[in-house]
Amino acid sequence: MNVINVPSSLDDQTFEHVLEQLAPLPADERVLIDARNTEWASPYGLTALLTLAQTRLEKPQFMPPEKDDTSSYWSRANFFRYAEDLYEIVGRVPARRGERDSSALLEVTPVSKSDDVHAVVQRIQAKVPTILTQNLHLESRSVMGFAMALSEACQNIVEHAGMGGWVAVQNYNYRKRMGRHVVQIAVCDAGVGIRQSLESGNRRPLTDRWDDGVALESAVIQGTSRFPDHGRGQGFKGIRGYLRKWKGKLAVRSGTARVAEVPPWDDDVVRRDHLAPMPGTQLFIMIPEDVDR
Amino acid sequence: MTPLTIDVCAVLRSAVNQNYGNLLTRDTGMAVRHQIERELAANRGGGITSLDFSSIGLMDYSCADEVVAKLLVLLQDDDLTRGGYVVFRGIGEEHLEVVESVLKHHGLALVCLCEDGSPRVIGRVSEAERRAWEMVRARGKAAPSELADEFGFGEDFVAEVLDELARRRLLRRGLTGFVALDAPDTVQ
Repeated sequence: MNVINVPSSLDDQTFEHVLEQLAPLPADERVLIDARNTEWASPYGLTALLTLAQTRLEKPQFMPPEKDDTSSYWSRANFFRYAEDLYEIVGRVPARRGERDSSALLEVTPVSKSDDVHAVVQRIQAKVPTILTQNLHLESRSVMGFAMALSEACQNIVEHAGMGGWVAVQNYNYRKRMGRHVVQIAVCDAGVGIRQSLESGNRRPLTDRWDDGVALESAVIQGTSRFPDHGRGQGFKGIRGYLRKWKGKLAVRSGTARVAEVPPWDDDVVRRDHLAPMPGTQLFIMIPEDVDR
Repeated sequence: MTPLTIDVCAVLRSAVNQNYGNLLTRDTGMAVRHQIERELAANRGGGITSLDFSSIGLMDYSCADEVVAKLLVLLQDDDLTRGGYVVFRGIGEEHLEVVESVLKHHGLALVCLCEDGSPRVIGRVSEAERRAWEMVRARGKAAPSELADEFGFGEDFVAEVLDELARRRLLRRGLTGFVALDAPDTVQ
C-alpha cells in the first residue's frame, strides 16, 4: 500500500506535499491518505482532500486525524459526510451531532448546478455582513462583492468543470502569516481543468507556448473563456477587482500550474509552473482583516 | 400608450421558480432575460419600458451580463422603428459597480433613474455623447439646430452625436428632434 502523509497543517501550500507524494503513482494504484498527524486544515485543505479522492480510479483509504479536536472539527465542517463516500475510512470518525460550527461560514458543500450556487450564497447571506464588518472591520459595501466572488468562483465548476466540486468558507485567525482574522473561500473540483476547457472551445491563444500556466493566465488574468461569447470571462475580472479593493488574495491551481493575485501583505509568487499534476481546478480567495480601521 | 414597468424581482421568481431575490448565475440571468424579452415584445410600438431592480438583492457579473448587457445588445440590434426603449430604475449603489463593469465590457450604456427620480446615463459614452444627452435631458426634447451653438460645434456634428444616442437607445427620435427617455410622456 502506498501511504501518502498529510502534513500537520494542511493549506494550499502544504497540500502540494500531498500531491508530490502522489505524482509518481498511477491513478489506478490504491493509496492510503494518512491524516493521523494532521492538526489543522484550511477550507482549501478540506475541499482539496475530497477532490483528490475523485481523481483516483481505485477508491483510496483515509485515516482521520487522531486529535479529537481536529477530527471533531472536520466532522462539524461536513468533511466526513462526503469523505465516507469517496474514501474507505480506516479508523474512527466522530459522529455528527447536527450542530454547525460557528467559525465555518459555510461547511463543505457540493456544487454541481446553478441552483447549488444560489443555495450556497443564500446560506451565507445572513452571516457575511457581521463577519466582514465586525471581524474583518471592512466597510459594509464589501458584502455585495463577497457574494459576487463566491458566486462567480462556484460558477466555474458549473460552467467549466464537467463534474461537481466542493466549496467551503471559513473565518479564522491566520496566525501563521499575518496574525489577523481572514475569511477564506475555497472552491475545488477534479474536472477538466482550465487548459482542457479552453482547448475544448478552440480558445487557445495564438502563442508558441501552450501549457497549464499559459492557460491559467489566459483565463484568470486575461478573462479568456471557452465560450466565444464576448460577455464571458468577466467573473475572474470581477473577483480580482474586488480583492484588489480589499487587499485580498486569489490563487488558482489547475494541472501543473498555479497563478496568484498577490496582495502586499503576502510573499507568494505570482505564477508557479511544473507543480505535481492535479486534475481539475482548485482556487481560494482570502480576505484579511483591515487592521487600519 | 401606457408605459410598462417590469418588476425584475417578480420576473426572477417566476422565471426560475424560486423564492429568492438575487440575480446570480448565468443560467438564471438567461432565464430572466428571456422572460423580459417576451414582455418587451408584447409592448412593441415605440413604447418605453421601465425595468425595476429595486427588489433585487445580490447581483453577480455573469447574471448582470445576461440580464443587462445582452438585453441592451438585442435592443440596439433591433429595428428602431419597432420601439423597444428601456430605462432602468432601482439600481442601488451596491449594484452600480457590477452593472457599469458589464456595460463597459460591451461598450454599452443605459439610462437609469436615480432614487430621487433624476435620470443619468451610465456605462460607456463619449464626452460629446454625454454632453448632448445632458442637454436634451435638460430640455426634454431638442433638435440639432437648437443645440449647435451651445455645443460649440456645427449642426451636422451635433446631429451625428444625437443619431448615435438614438441608435444606442439612450434618446428617442421624435418628429421634430430627439426626446429624452424620461420626458413626461414617456415614463411613469
